[in-house]
Amino acid sequence: MTSENLESLVNRRYEHGFVTDIETENLPPGLDEGVVRAISKRKNEPEFMLEWRLQAYRQWLEMQEPEWAHLHYAPVKFNEISYYAAPKSDEDRPKSLDEVDPKLLETYDKLGIPLHERARLAGVAVDAVFDSVSVATTFKDKLSDAGVIFCSFSEAVLEHPELVKKYLGSVVPRRDNFYAALNSAVFSDGSFVYIPKGVRCPMELSTYFRINAANTGQFERTLIIADEGSHVSYLEGCTAPMRDENQLHAAVVELVALEGAQIKYSTVQNWYPGDENGVGGIYNFVTKRGDCRGANSKISWTQVETGSAITWKYPSCLLRGENSVGEFYSVAVANNMQQADTGTKMIHIGANTRSTIVSKGISAGKAQNAYRGLVKVMPQADGARNHTQCDSLLIGKDCGAHTFPYMEIKNPSARIEHEATTSKISADQLFYCRQRGISEEDAVNMIVNGFCKEVFKELPMEFAVEAQALLNVSLEGAVG
Amino acid sequence: MLEINNLKSRIGDTEILRGLSLTINAGEVHAIMGPNGSGKSTLAQVIAGHSDYVVTGGEVNYMGNDLLDLEPEERAREGIFLGFQYPVEIPGVNNAYLLKAAVNAKRKHQGLDEVDAFEFLKCAREKMAALGMDSKFLNRGVNEGFSGGEKKRNEILQMAMLEPRLAILDETDSGLDIDALKAVATGVNNLRAADRAIVLVTHYQRLLDYIEPDFVHVLSEGKIVRSGDKTLALKLEEKGYDWVREAASA
Repeated sequence: MTSENLESLVNRRYEHGFVTDIETENLPPGLDEGVVRAISKRKNEPEFMLEWRLQAYRQWLEMQEPEWAHLHYAPVKFNEISYYAAPKSDEDRPKSLDEVDPKLLETYDKLGIPLHERARLAGVAVDAVFDSVSVATTFKDKLSDAGVIFCSFSEAVLEHPELVKKYLGSVVPRRDNFYAALNSAVFSDGSFVYIPKGVRCPMELSTYFRINAANTGQFERTLIIADEGSHVSYLEGCTAPMRDENQLHAAVVELVALEGAQIKYSTVQNWYPGDENGVGGIYNFVTKRGDCRGANSKISWTQVETGSAITWKYPSCLLRGENSVGEFYSVAVANNMQQADTGTKMIHIGANTRSTIVSKGISAGKAQNAYRGLVKVMPQADGARNHTQCDSLLIGKDCGAHTFPYMEIKNPSARIEHEATTSKISADQLFYCRQRGISEEDAVNMIVNGFCKEVFKELPMEFAVEAQALLNVSLEGAVG
Repeated sequence: MLEINNLKSRIGDTEILRGLSLTINAGEVHAIMGPNGSGKSTLAQVIAGHSDYVVTGGEVNYMGNDLLDLEPEERAREGIFLGFQYPVEIPGVNNAYLLKAAVNAKRKHQGLDEVDAFEFLKCAREKMAALGMDSKFLNRGVNEGFSGGEKKRNEILQMAMLEPRLAILDETDSGLDIDALKAVATGVNNLRAADRAIVLVTHYQRLLDYIEPDFVHVLSEGKIVRSGDKTLALKLEEKGYDWVREAASA
């Protein structure tokens, strides 16, 4: 009885599976130089951007798909994917929410994201990405008063080409890896953030991503630059409608923190994971990297990953500046046939750099969940410190948890700690809770939430709520 | 309050309860004694609704309803409390959080508002002080790294907070030193009330020096073979379980 209930709990169907009926202007499937030129032309990009894309495309052609991850999936047919989709209403872009296609707003409502409500109540500036083009941006004025630039990537290319030229590809080079090269060639849109010197961004910046057109790879490109002494907290979240064919997503996120700057980047990812047989679902191959370029800078990644059929994602920190700090807090949930190979890389280059890794992997159903983490200390990184905590929780008997820690230490003064645990939700624990009047579902949520506590407390308040809703758990620590 | 009629139960292929009958009324304290393997803990688990124990015959009536129809959490919300012999550890789940969730699950079932955090803490601290427990326990993981005595005190704390109608304490005295035993006994005695019944499952007379039962039952091979008042426990202590076994087979 207990194990059956557990299964039904784990096997709840994805609730965000619906398709909004909006005509999209797709490019025909397939990829060649002509497609790259067409994307660039549709966006009215300057010459330098087209050149950059073309070089990336040529480099991509020479690269191989990586096969080292603990993932198994049918090969992606890159020539059957359409590389550009934008809502039909692209011609006359809405100036305010009132002008936004009501169906689009309906979609957000179904997802529980009433955009205006949310933005107003939470004081969050929302740059909503629907398919590939930004359609609604709010709170622009308040941000521009502070000198903060927060806009779609396409807009940044046109309005702030000097910043784009200077920083694009400076953290994740075009040829960094197969998916990064592909993204560099065909990226559709994304977010651009620039925080000027000494400015503390007056609000948390938030973007909702949503994949909505069949057969369309979505290639987000995000670039965040925190100038000297500035602070910013950026939230990224997404859900996707139900699909029968696999959808490819290969995003690139680059963060640059100059001297004394701090960037906090939080993600709640809830893409369609496929049905219980593993049909459908998003393939998520993401390159996220932050560069602590200046002394005393800090970059913190927090992620709650519950979606996608395949997740291949390693948000990383290059700790170049002296005394710079990198953090990675992650909850990765995999159930049914989901596969996740995720973790982080902390590259200690500067002296007295510090990093913290807290990874919580939850596996249920027949899912496979792998943590893959690299801690690298370069010869010049005197006094580097790392602490890694890597915990796995298993629900049921058919799932797996795997840990692949890599350490490359080239400086004898480094201090590196690694702790790992594996535990299981036992029938005894559930019976104990039920005997105290707590339903089995609440008991599972309570245990899972307890397991994830260390990571949830790193999330900004409103996002923590989102994350808990996602894991359907209630917050701990309200007492005591 | 509780009427058990000819109850039969097995775990796996092993038949353990073989036609047990017992009536418990509000206000009474019953002690259930018996040798290892006689079915004492099985009885406790069956009343609480553990799914490993399959009921193969008989009836259990609780407050006028068929108890066996209810899920474990429903039984708990209806006022049945089991103090576990081996309380399980739930790392990462805050002790206070579990306790508050349990109290609120019951209140919700009774149509009451959830208890507010301040009131809850005040109440929990009072009861902990009475049990000689440090209030730091509230912030630790449920039973995580607790000593045997701490776990048992924690069970009594939960019982005190939940104010059950029927409390079954499964070998709550085992593994306790004399101070812990006294604290636990005081906790139980404080809960004695006209509208509440308490069942003590125990091996030893020792606990009954501190908690005086109204009735003592001796279990052997899945049946109650002898019932009496507190003097029965003393007699058992003196003569051993063989005496009952012989009496049963005679």
